[in-house]
Amino acid sequence: MTVRELYDQCDLTLVAGEKGLDNIIEHGFVGDLLSVVMGRAQENTAWVTIQSHINIVAVATLINCACIIIAEDYEADADAISKANEENIPLLVSKQSSYEVVKQLIHLGIL
Amino acid sequence: MKLHYKVDGGAFTSAGFAAGQVKRTLRQLGISPEIIRKISIAMYEAEMNMVLHANGGNVDVELAKDYITVVLEDQGPGIEDIDRAMEVGYSTASQKVRSMGFGAGMGLPNMKRYADELTIDTKLGVGTRVELKVFI
Repeated sequence: MTVRELYDQCDLTLVAGEKGLDNIIEHGFVGDLLSVVMGRAQENTAWVTIQSHINIVAVATLINCACIIIAEDYEADADAISKANEENIPLLVSKQSSYEVVKQLIHLGIL
Repeated sequence: MKLHYKVDGGAFTSAGFAAGQVKRTLRQLGISPEIIRKISIAMYEAEMNMVLHANGGNVDVELAKDYITVVLEDQGPGIEDIDRAMEVGYSTASQKVRSMGFGAGMGLPNMKRYADELTIDTKLGVGTRVELKVFI
């Protein structure tokens, strides 16, 4: 599915990276330790995290994440937003916990 | 082809810039995604280490016909116990840095996992030189 389809079907706020909405999501990953995400997440992943600073965009760009979903309604830093716009990485925010977001991803068929 | 970058210390916000630039260049040159992924991950980890532990340093990238090398040199504190530093989960990072999701003790293990060759020369109080090599 695309990030746009995910965005349309879930209660998410898009805060940056609108140009990347047609990115394809093939996998999911949840993690807040950047090196673990870096080393373990596959390409075209919807990455769920509670980190909200600019380095998440650097990591997502390097490993070709489809999008980043910031859980727990954490507010993305301003420089993370501008970097995500620059790199076309959709930055979505959910009010729910990482666990609840992952449940929705699974429900939508991202296994 | 040779590329040079100066990495600022303490600049968490620009960390990963050099790795991102190298990735972009390699993509433009048509290098395969798997090779790009390997060198990007290894280089990002090494670059982050320089920012987090060594107040920055210099990065030199060499792209040859059948390999890519990245040499990262700093004048930081050096690595006291390299064997322990190679262990997954071992970290000397500060609480502040850990709360940002760094300091998982995965940096050197990730470099070892993704680089085909990893060479580390380090001297306490003098600095560290990390060489990463990925064969194309």
